[in-house]
Parts: sequence; structure tokens; C-alpha cells
Amino acid sequence: MSSSGAAGAGSTDSTAARRNTKRPKYSKFTQQELPACKPILTPRAVISAFLLVSVVFVPVGVASLLASRKVVEIVYRYDSKCIPKNVTNKVAYIQSSADKACSITLNVTKHMKSPVYIYYQLDNFYQNHRRYVKSRSDEQLRKRGEENETSTCKPEDMVNGRAIVPCGLIAWSLFNDTYSFSVNKRNLTVNKKGISWKSDRNHKFGKDVFPKNFQNSSIIGGAHLNESIPLREQEDLIVWMRTAALPTFRKLYGKIEEDLKEGELVNVTLNNNYNTYSFNGKKKLVLSTTTWLGGKNDFLGIAYLTVGGLCFFLALAFTIVYFVKPRQLGDPSYLSWNRNPGGH
Amino acid sequence: MPEGIITKKRIHFSKLYSFSCLKSSFGDGHSQIGQRGYSRIVYCNDPDNPDAIQQNYRGNYVSTTKYTAFNFIPKSLFEQFRRVANIYFLVVACVSFSPLAPYTALSIVAPLLLVIGATMAKEAVEDWRRRKQDIEANNRKVLVYGKNYTFVETRWKKLRVGDIVKVCKDEYFPADILLLSSSYGDGVCYVETMNLDGETNLKLKHALDATSHLQDEKPIQRFRAMVKCEDPNENLYSFIGNLHYEGKEYPLSLQQILLRDSKLKNTDHIFGVVIFTGHDTKVMQNSTDPPSKRSKIERKMDKIIYILFSTLIFISFIGSVYFGVETKRDTSGRRYRRWYVRPDSTTVFYDPRSATLSALLHFLTALMLFGYLIPISLYVSIELVKVLQSVFINRDQEMYYEEMDRPARARTSNLNEELGQVDTILSDKTGTLTCNSMEFVKCSIGGIRYGRGMTEVEKALARRGKNVESQVDEASCDFSGQDSDVEDSRPPVKGFNFRDERIMNGKWVNEPQSDIIQKFFRVLAICHTAIPDVDQGSGEISYEAESPDEAAFVIAAKELGFELFARTQTSISLHELNYKTGKKVDRVYQLLHVLEFSSSRKRMSVIVRNEENQLLLLCKGADSVMFERLSEKGRQYEAETKEHIKQYAEAGLRTLVITYRELDEEEYKLWEVEFSKAKTSVGADRDALVDAAADKMERNLILLGSTAVEDRLQKGVPECIERLAKAGIKLWVLTGDKMETAVNIGYACGLLRQDMKQIVITLDSPNIIALEKQGDKDALKKESLESIKKQIGEGIKQIKFVKESTSTDKESSSSFGLIIDGKSLDYSLNKNLENSFFELATSCASVICCRSSPKQKARVTKMVKLGTGQTTLSIGDGANDVGMLQEADIGVGINGAEGMQAVMASDFAIAQFRFLERLLLVHGHWCYRRISMMICYFFYKNIAFGFTLFWFEAYASFSGQAAYNDWYMSFYNVFFTSLPVIALGVFDQDVSAKLCLKYPFLYLEGVEDTLFSWPRIIGWMVNGVLSSLAIFFLTANSVMTQAFRRDGQVVDFEILGVTMYTCVVWTVNCQMALSINYFTWIQHFFIWGSIAFWYVFVLVYGYLSPEISTTAHMVFVEACAPSLLYWLVTLLVVVCALLPYFCYRSFQSRFLPMYHDIIQRKQVEGSDIEICDEVPKQVHGKLIHLRERLKQREL
Repeated sequence: MSSSGAAGAGSTDSTAARRNTKRPKYSKFTQQELPACKPILTPRAVISAFLLVSVVFVPVGVASLLASRKVVEIVYRYDSKCIPKNVTNKVAYIQSSADKACSITLNVTKHMKSPVYIYYQLDNFYQNHRRYVKSRSDEQLRKRGEENETSTCKPEDMVNGRAIVPCGLIAWSLFNDTYSFSVNKRNLTVNKKGISWKSDRNHKFGKDVFPKNFQNSSIIGGAHLNESIPLREQEDLIVWMRTAALPTFRKLYGKIEEDLKEGELVNVTLNNNYNTYSFNGKKKLVLSTTTWLGGKNDFLGIAYLTVGGLCFFLALAFTIVYFVKPRQLGDPSYLSWNRNPGGH
Repeated sequence: MPEGIITKKRIHFSKLYSFSCLKSSFGDGHSQIGQRGYSRIVYCNDPDNPDAIQQNYRGNYVSTTKYTAFNFIPKSLFEQFRRVANIYFLVVACVSFSPLAPYTALSIVAPLLLVIGATMAKEAVEDWRRRKQDIEANNRKVLVYGKNYTFVETRWKKLRVGDIVKVCKDEYFPADILLLSSSYGDGVCYVETMNLDGETNLKLKHALDATSHLQDEKPIQRFRAMVKCEDPNENLYSFIGNLHYEGKEYPLSLQQILLRDSKLKNTDHIFGVVIFTGHDTKVMQNSTDPPSKRSKIERKMDKIIYILFSTLIFISFIGSVYFGVETKRDTSGRRYRRWYVRPDSTTVFYDPRSATLSALLHFLTALMLFGYLIPISLYVSIELVKVLQSVFINRDQEMYYEEMDRPARARTSNLNEELGQVDTILSDKTGTLTCNSMEFVKCSIGGIRYGRGMTEVEKALARRGKNVESQVDEASCDFSGQDSDVEDSRPPVKGFNFRDERIMNGKWVNEPQSDIIQKFFRVLAICHTAIPDVDQGSGEISYEAESPDEAAFVIAAKELGFELFARTQTSISLHELNYKTGKKVDRVYQLLHVLEFSSSRKRMSVIVRNEENQLLLLCKGADSVMFERLSEKGRQYEAETKEHIKQYAEAGLRTLVITYRELDEEEYKLWEVEFSKAKTSVGADRDALVDAAADKMERNLILLGSTAVEDRLQKGVPECIERLAKAGIKLWVLTGDKMETAVNIGYACGLLRQDMKQIVITLDSPNIIALEKQGDKDALKKESLESIKKQIGEGIKQIKFVKESTSTDKESSSSFGLIIDGKSLDYSLNKNLENSFFELATSCASVICCRSSPKQKARVTKMVKLGTGQTTLSIGDGANDVGMLQEADIGVGINGAEGMQAVMASDFAIAQFRFLERLLLVHGHWCYRRISMMICYFFYKNIAFGFTLFWFEAYASFSGQAAYNDWYMSFYNVFFTSLPVIALGVFDQDVSAKLCLKYPFLYLEGVEDTLFSWPRIIGWMVNGVLSSLAIFFLTANSVMTQAFRRDGQVVDFEILGVTMYTCVVWTVNCQMALSINYFTWIQHFFIWGSIAFWYVFVLVYGYLSPEISTTAHMVFVEACAPSLLYWLVTLLVVVCALLPYFCYRSFQSRFLPMYHDIIQRKQVEGSDIEICDEVPKQVHGKLIHLRERLKQREL
């Protein structure tokens, strides 16, 4: 009964008076005859697709590779060098209050145009660990009145019953190695303004939020913060708080806004404070210029070249195959419905 | 003829139906009244009786809805969470409120709510439609005897048990009603039960004599009675009860019960007492939901989901082990390795001192995180897609049947794709392959053939005869030449297609054996149970007959001058042509007895006394029972008639033998006593006694001739069958007809071909017939079994022989046709023989089972379904096909003349057999392709996405940190990827409908299940993993550690997430674009729209305040968009991720092309041919459209 009613229900609508037949109305849509383009993989289409990819990819690859090659990059690993030779327990050394100043020299192999970006690179450091990523309080960082919003920050939430600003593991473990650079005894100024994202400064870190009770607990993690400077201006913290995606990462330390000439020796005086020794993390200092593509990484260029080349090769292979073994179309054997289905 | 009508009303029809109407003895059941199961008491016409109120029977309110306003939410929720995947997501949603969750609770709850909500909304809409029907039914009006002793219009739902109702002609009965009296004097009425059992013929119901005087409102006023009867049950064919009235007890049977949803016909009105109301009525007790069948693909899909669950558990396990080990290493004694996560002061989730527990808890986290492997929106998308597909099936103009104004209808939407995988069709014959409108075309009278019309079968045979010499041809050749010149100018009469100038228009009187011809047509005019219905205005006579055959006979007799115009309980009146005077005279035959037709008797007779006071027995019946009943004298034309019957049967006609006999007064009197005794006897063997008595009379008959009635093939059947065969679909015809008829219909519709070898399995061998006569049942059974076994064995041997002799096995299987009769089928379906029978049957191209009963049909269907493990489709139109329709994977009902029963039991309803071709080859193929691609793609996209999370985890020491913002992830399945895949499921076409029909072999893709085979599914999954690898590793390595833009900024967690996510969205959507080959604006809109929407989303979301957008704040505008590297990485990753699939496809479509590849290629290369076909079609469509608009304007 339900069905007969359903059929009847359709005719009760307003059009029923005019249309007393159940004939389905013609429209291209309901008859599934909409105009459509039906691309199929003809040999020509396949070959031209491959060729197109290679034509686009090879130049892009070359350009990327050239850009990457143009970048001058100095990488210096200092975590082992800056430990005195006689120290056996590196962790104990780094945790001690001894003076950990260290001096290294970087050799500028190629002319570096300003701005030269200074990065520190950490290795084997899981800033993307879930516990670590979640251990922050955005509300607290943003607004002064919300400084007690520390529930997500455990165990770095309170000290002696008072809220820590900025709370959480990320802030607590703030990187605290410092570098100063000189060329020929002349100090190079390191510009630390504008190394963080503007949106972070403007929307995520309050200009009236000042550090409080920071690094006052029993275990000191990383850097201390100047309690008289609002968080918005603590760009090192802002950079650090933007967690890295992968366990090997660089973070911007500052910019040197003058050219470094080829052959110059840059003396770096650094304070090796940060404990990467517990987890066998490497520490590197990186000076790098940039191009339109960013820093030095050949991977993209090589990948583009490889894919472009592969597609060219495939286009070639398909062309040869089509010429060598052209299939007769309309061959009845392909159309026979008795044919055993091939493949899958 | 007003007298005719008046007399008709006064007839006591009960006398006509001498067999069935008088059964009113107390049967076994009546003793149980008052006991368990038989406890219902109805106080008639006394609804306010305190006892009646105490009974508290349900009202007549009917609700067929699944839900009510109150239980909708809990019940539909329960329905939703019966699916494993939904349960999983529910558990995840609950756990997501705990700190275990890797993302915010809202971001997992929201999509779940959306998905569940969408499904529930669909349920609600469907239920609302049902409710509207209920309201309509509940508010219909019926006349109820009220307090002020008149009949008052009352709504159906207000009806109470015990009410007296008056139902008028052509109204439906509002409840199950005990018939008290009718407008006929003896309390009979006619009922049409089409809605119950699909039979269109009228059934006679008969009130008790005790109540039949209740003709008016006055006697009803005093009427008080009590009915004690059975409790509500679903058995439509029995009723047990007693009527206590005026101190007496009367037994009630089904004869007195009028069932709800049947219709009063041919009777002005009836009075009755409501016995069962609402849900207690038999039809409601009987109502079952439309059969809920699941398609194979869906069942396979469940398996895939289990595979994904296993994958999920496996990768979560790997992650947990790694996480446990890493966490454990965080401390060794008092030294802490990764001090920055403070392992010294930590929660249980990261505690290195109880790393095992942490790992266990992490396992739960991982299950949630990688839950994106399980597509949450899969079920709801598939349901939506299927509903839309059904709309397309319903709206298809090519499946609309103009003559009956019937479009195709998909009654269930969950089998659409199964239509594309049908391996075997089991078809009914009558009404399915044929029109089921009987036409009298030929007859053989006194050994002479009459009738020059050509039947469809003969035409087919003639066509065949042109090529191959055929012995049957000779039979029809004498007609073929004169076919056209005897065309009559008279309008065609329904049911009559007889052309023969020798006996038409009264010319039969000039024939040499005119007396035999006269007797012959007299038998046709008298020996039946049809009732003439005279139209008072025009004087036209129409006939209400129990079967179309009978109507055809009466009409034929009328057309040849023996016009039945009146019938009373004791007489039959004809306008007859007197061949001596040539004038029309009225003759009245006194009707003494009707010996009814039954399927076991296979004959019916009447005993009449004519005006010359002769006693005549007129008998018609099947040849198998009639020839043995002929007298020695009566066999004059036996040989010729037998020959003619054989020819008629070969021409696909239904034949009946016409005989008569003159009776002796003495003999008749003796017999009548015996017959009456038999009829009034009480006991189980009453029927047997009556049969035996009737049998005594139906002997020594004199043969007059035979009739041949054609049931014409429907239009387009042979072409349809041919193309279905080309599509690799096997067709079995299951019919009740005799073997010759079935075989010839087989030829006519192209099921059997001349070049086929027939394997016939039958029990018609002499020794079995001999055994049958002896009546030794055990021996017969044994012998039959042996015989069948032998025949099957021989058949198999024959096929094997042919297979071996023709080295290629291509042709062999298609060159055999198996024909088996019902009796043999019974034996073949025995356990021992089933396997070998099955082996034989499946190696034949077509199988015809003749003389099979409905039960056998269902059994065969089940056997084929289980035996092949392939999809079976049953198609039928009558109530006798219901079992078969429900048993098969797909039931297709022909929405034809035989009522609704088959349609009600079917999954799809079409009006003509030929539409099956389009339903299967076009819609079936498309739906199969769409659904299978859709599911594959669904898994692909979720694997591609889910695994990027996993790879990222590997670089986050499996801590459970998601790579993406929570809302990117929860919108993945809902917004960024769902619409293109729905568009694929609804609109994709590999080739156009026309090509689907042109190249039926395309359908094999579905039968062989090439698009949803395990290699293909696994292939898509592997492709998903490859894509995820490409996405993660290429992205990660490209943006690695260095600055990614000119200002020296490096990529952090948030930027990597956006970059990867961009690649994911591009990749899965481009993969979609690559794998479909049908782009309308809809596809373009959805695919490119989804990608565009991602950018819009990340832009808008990023502009929201950081409280809401968290890690996504400004990330696109500020960080990604200005970086060229970001865009280059997107391009690289998308191309790389698609490359494997593209290579595979170009290789495969070239070297191992699938069927649709071939056709597509052909279509492209032969595009010029295509175009000139295409244009007229579009023009045609437009023309139809214009014409309709014109019509509308006129109206």
C-alpha cells in the first residue's frame, strides 16, 4: 500500500492539475544527457600530458636548483666543540653555572649579500611532541587579565601558588645560547627586530603582558626573560613559541644587515648554555643568504628535474611503443564478449 | 436490457458455485473457540456494552510509520549506531572529551553530528511520506450505524470493533468485516482482492442465511449478536469463528469475512460487523516492510571496512610500541633524556616510569588520530547517492510506458548497483514475456482448422524457416499467404483476433459440418462461469470472467453468433443463430450443475437442459485429461485434433479440448443423488468425494474440437533477450505452461535458436507412464529418479563431448538449451541430484522450466542463487511470482495487468519486459560503476589522508600530535572531498546510454565484477598509501630546515600542516578528475569548487581571531601565499602523487583495455558516425519537450 500511495503523492502537487500523466518530464538533467566533455587516455593525450609535465618541470627544476646554488650558507656545529676537552659528563657541565663562553671562527667562502640570516639549528629536538605542543596558554600570552589561565601548562603552570607568565613547557625551555659576531675585531650588529611573524606579534602576544615568576621554579629550563619588556617585544620567545614541525629545525636568531665578503673570517663569541646533550641533539649555527626560493635546499630542484626527466622518458617510451606496436582498432577480438577478461 | 439487470440481482448465486460456497460445516478449528488463540469476542452492534468496553480492542487507527514523534530520536539513533563504523565514531567522540584525544572534542563531534543528522533527516522525510498516507487512509469516510438508528459518515479511524458499517460499490473495506447481508437477496457480494493477493478476478463472498435478511436499517436496529473468533493473525486464507445469534450458534468461515483493503465490486452495498480493526486486520498483520536486501558491493564494503579497521589497529599498535620505547628511554635512573617535556613531573600519559601503561593509553589516542582511515561520511554519501540514482531510474523517459501511463519505479534504492551485476535472470512467462491478454486466434472443429491469423511464434518460425528447413513450417504455410487479405474493417475486439471468412459473419452455416460448429460454439458460450454485464446505455455486453482465457471464449462465441446476454442461477440465455432459418433466436438453457475448474482436475463442465429437454454435459479441459475421457464414438476426430493441438502448441498457443455428452435422464438422476450427498458430506475427504462424483459424469465424452488462445509476446521481447544474452546474462524461463508451448515461446523470443542443441529432461517415457497408472508411488519415485539421473548424466556427457570436439570452449556453452518439466524438476532438485542438475543447467545458455509451480520457481531461484554465488534477478508479474521475487537477489515486478502483488514484493517495478534491458544495461551498469568507483575512491582518499598523519607521527616520536589543525581534519570528509565523490556516484558515465545498449558486452564488467575486485580495491588502497608517501616526504624534504621564502622565515608546524593539507586536497580532487571520464559542469563545479573552497576556508578561518583559529591564524595570507616554494611544492607533490595512477592507467587502457576503454576509444575515433546519430536524438528530446509544453498550454 505504501507504494501506491507514494505514486499518488507525487501527483498531488500543484502541477497535477495541468499534468495528468506520469510521464517523466524531459530535461537533459533527468535523462542524464547533460553536455559533457569526456577526456579519454588516447595515445596522443597520454604523450602530450607527459610532455607537458616535462616541459614545465625541467625549467622549474633548473631554476630552483640555480636559486638554491646561489644561496651562500655557512653551517657550524658547535655543540661538541664548545665543551672543554676535559669534561666527561657533558650534561653535568652544561647544567652547572660555569662560564660557558666559547669562541669560534667562521670562514666566509663566498660573498654573502645582506641581509645575512642567522639561525640556530637543533637536532633530535621534538618540538612537535604532543605534550610539548599543548603545553602553553594562548589566552595568557594574549591578555593581561588571563594570566591565571594556566591549566594547560602543567607542570610549568604555577610557582609557589602564583601563575607563571609565560607558562608551559615551550616557554620554559626557551633556547638560551647567545651569539655575537665580529669581523676583523669590528662587531657586527645583529638585528633581532622582525624575526618573528607579524601576526604572532600583533595578535598572539600581548603588549601589556609582562613575564612573571618565569624560571623561578626549582628546575630551570632555558632562557630568562626580562620582566620589564612586554611579551610582544620578546621576539626570541615568539620565534621559539612557534613550534617546529620536525625534530630537526632551524630558528631565526637575527639578521646581519651588511655584506660579508669572500674570505672574511667571522668570529663568533657564543654562550653555550642550552642543554642538548641529554638527548644527543646537535647544535649548529647557520649563516645564510636567501633567494626568491628561500634558503639552500637542492631537493626541490632535483625533484623537479627528476619528475620532468621521468615524464620525458615516459613520453618517449610510450611514443616508441605506440609506433612499434600499434593496435588495430575495431579488431573484433577485442570486442568479443566471450573474451576472457584480461588484467584484473 | 433492464430485465437482465433486475434478474441478475435476484439470483441466488450460491447455487452457481456448487463446490465451494456451501462449506459451512464445523471444521476442526471451531472446537478451539474460546481457547488460547481463539479468544476474541465481538459484541455486534453494541459497542457501548460494558463487556465490549472491557475488551478494549484497538481502534481502527493505522500507523505504518517506523517512528512516532516521541520515539523518533532514540529509535533512529539506535538504527544509526547499529553500523560498526558509526559505533566507532561514537566511541571516539565520547573519548575525545578526555585528555587522551589528539584533537578538540568538538572537531570530531561536529562531523559525526552532521553525518548522523543527515541520515536521520532522510529517515524523517521518508517516514513523513508514510505518515501522510496514513493520515489519508485514517480519514477516509465510511457509513457507520449510529445511535439514532441511521448510518452516519464516520472517519475510518473512529471505527470500533462491533460497529455495523455499510460499504457501497467500489469502496474499500475499512477493516476486517463480517458480512451480514448485501444488496443481493441471498447475501452474496463480489470482492476484488487486488491489494491483498494481486488477483484481479472477483471473489464471491457469502453471508450466513441467518443474517442475510438484515437488508435495512430497521432490522439492524434490533440486531444483536456475538462473534467468538480467532485472535488477530496474519493468515489471509483462513478464518475460524462462531456467530451467536438468536440463541443459535453459526459457524463462520472466510466466506463471510471481508478483508480490509479489498474492494466491493458489482454489488450495490453490503452491511457488515467490524471484527478486526486497525493493526489487528489481516492485511496489517500481513504487511511486511519491502524486502530489505543488501547488495553484494555493500557486503564487500563491510569487509573493506574491517580491513581498514585492522590497518588502523596495526598502525596504532606500531605507533604505541614505538611511543612506549621512546617514553621509557626518557629516563634512566635520575637522568632525564628529553628534559624539555619534563619526564620527571608528568602525567600518566607520558610517564616513563610506567611506559607500558602510557603506551596502552597512547594506543587509544592513536586509534582516534588515525580514525581518518575510516571514512565517516561513506554510509551517508552512499545512501544519498543511491536515492538520487533511483530518482534517475524513476525519471527515465525511455522506461515510461505510454499505454498504461506507467514510469519505472525503484522501490528500494539499495540494490541499484546490483542491477549491474546480474548473472542470471529468472523470468516468468505469462504476463512477463507475454502481454497476458488472451486472444482467441484459432480453433479446430471436427478435424478442420479455422483461423488465419499469424501468431508471433509463427512469424518467428517463418523467419527461421527462411534460413533453415523446418518441419513446423508446413503447418503454418497455408495461413501465411492469405494473412493480409482477410483484414476486417471492423474495429478489433479485445480478446478476439480470429480471422476466417469461412465461419465468420454467420457463414459457418454453409460449412459441411455446421452442426458440429454450432455445438462447439455453444459449449464455449455456456460452459464457463463468466457473468454478462449489460451496459444500460449502449446495450453493449461485457463479461466478468475469472480468467482471461474464459473471457476470450465467451467473446469468441459472441462474435460468432452465440451471444451470452443473461445468466441466472438456474439458466443461461443466448442470442443464437438458428442455422436452419438463419434468424437470431433467444435460447435459454437450464443450468443444473457447474463442475468447477481446479488445477488438479484441469477441466470444467456444466450440466444443462436445453429447450428440447435434452440433458447435456458440456466440458472443456486440458488435452492431457480430456482424450482419455472420450467415448468410443466420440473419437472420430481424435487423430486430427491431436495433430492440430500439437501444431497449436508449437505455435505458442494455449489449447483446450472441447467436448460434450448427452445424458440419460435416469443416469443423471442417480448421479445427482450421489453428487448431492458428496457435496453435503462432512469431513476432510469431502473434496475428494465431490471430485470422484464429478469424475463419474465426465466420461464417454464426444470430441468437438479444440480452441487455441494466444498470449501475445510483449513488444521488443526477442530483441531485449538477444541483447541481454550478448551481455552475458543467462535467462531462465520458469513457466506453468506445457512443454511445447514453452519451447515455442522460447523460439519466438529468441531464447532458443535453431543452431542450439536441446537437452530435454522429462518424465514422459512409456514405462514411467505405465508405473503412474499402476499407482505404485514408491516404484514410480524410484524409477523417475533413475530416469532423471540418467538424462542429466547424458546431457552433461553431450556437452562435454561437444566441448572436447570443438577445441575452443567459446561456442560450446552457448549452443545448448535445457528444457525441463515441473515433475522432473521436482526430482532434479533432490539433494542427490541437485549438484549434477546444476552443473548441467549452468553449462546451458538458456533454461526453460515448464509446468513449474510457484514454489518450484522460488526453489529454483534459491538454487541458482546459492549454486552460482552470482547475482540473480527474478522478474514476474503475478502473485505466483512473489516467492521467486523475494528469493532472488533482485526482484523486478512487471507493473502489468495482474495486479500489484508482484510489484509490492519487488525491488524495482517496470511496465514492460523490454525495459529490463535499459534497467540493467544502462542504469545497472552505470550504478554499478558509480558505486564501485565511489567506494574505491572513498577509501583512497581516506587512506591518502590518514597515512600522512601516520608519517608525520613517525617524525613526532608517535606522541599523538596531529599534523593539521583540528578543523582542517574534521572538514576533510565533509566539505573538501565529499561533494565530488557524490557527483561521481550520481552522474558519472563511462559511455553514453546509447553505447551501453549498442555494446551489451560492456555489462560484463559488472558480471565479472572487474571494477570492484579485490585486486582493484587493494590497488586503490596502495595508490592511497603512495599518494600519502608522496605528499608527506616530498613536502617535508622540500621545506626541510631552510628558509622557505626570501625574508628568511622557516617552516614551522603550522605552515607544514597547511602545505601538506593543500597537497592532500589537490591530490585527492585531481585524482578524482583523473579517474572519471565524464565532466559536466557539475563535476567541474564540485571538483574545482572543493579545491577553491579549501583556499577560501583557510583564508577566512585564518582571518578569525586567534582564539578560534589557533594555529591557522593568518597562516595562509601571511606565511604560505607569498612563498613561491609553497606553490611549487604543491605542484610537485600533486604531479608526483598522480603519476603512478596515470602511468598505470595509460598502460592498462592501452595494453589490457577494459571493455569501456575499448568503447570509449572507438567512440572517439569514430566520432563522426557518433555525431550524426546524436543530433536527431537531441532534437527528438526537444520535440517531446515542446509537445508537452504545448499540451500544458492547451490545458
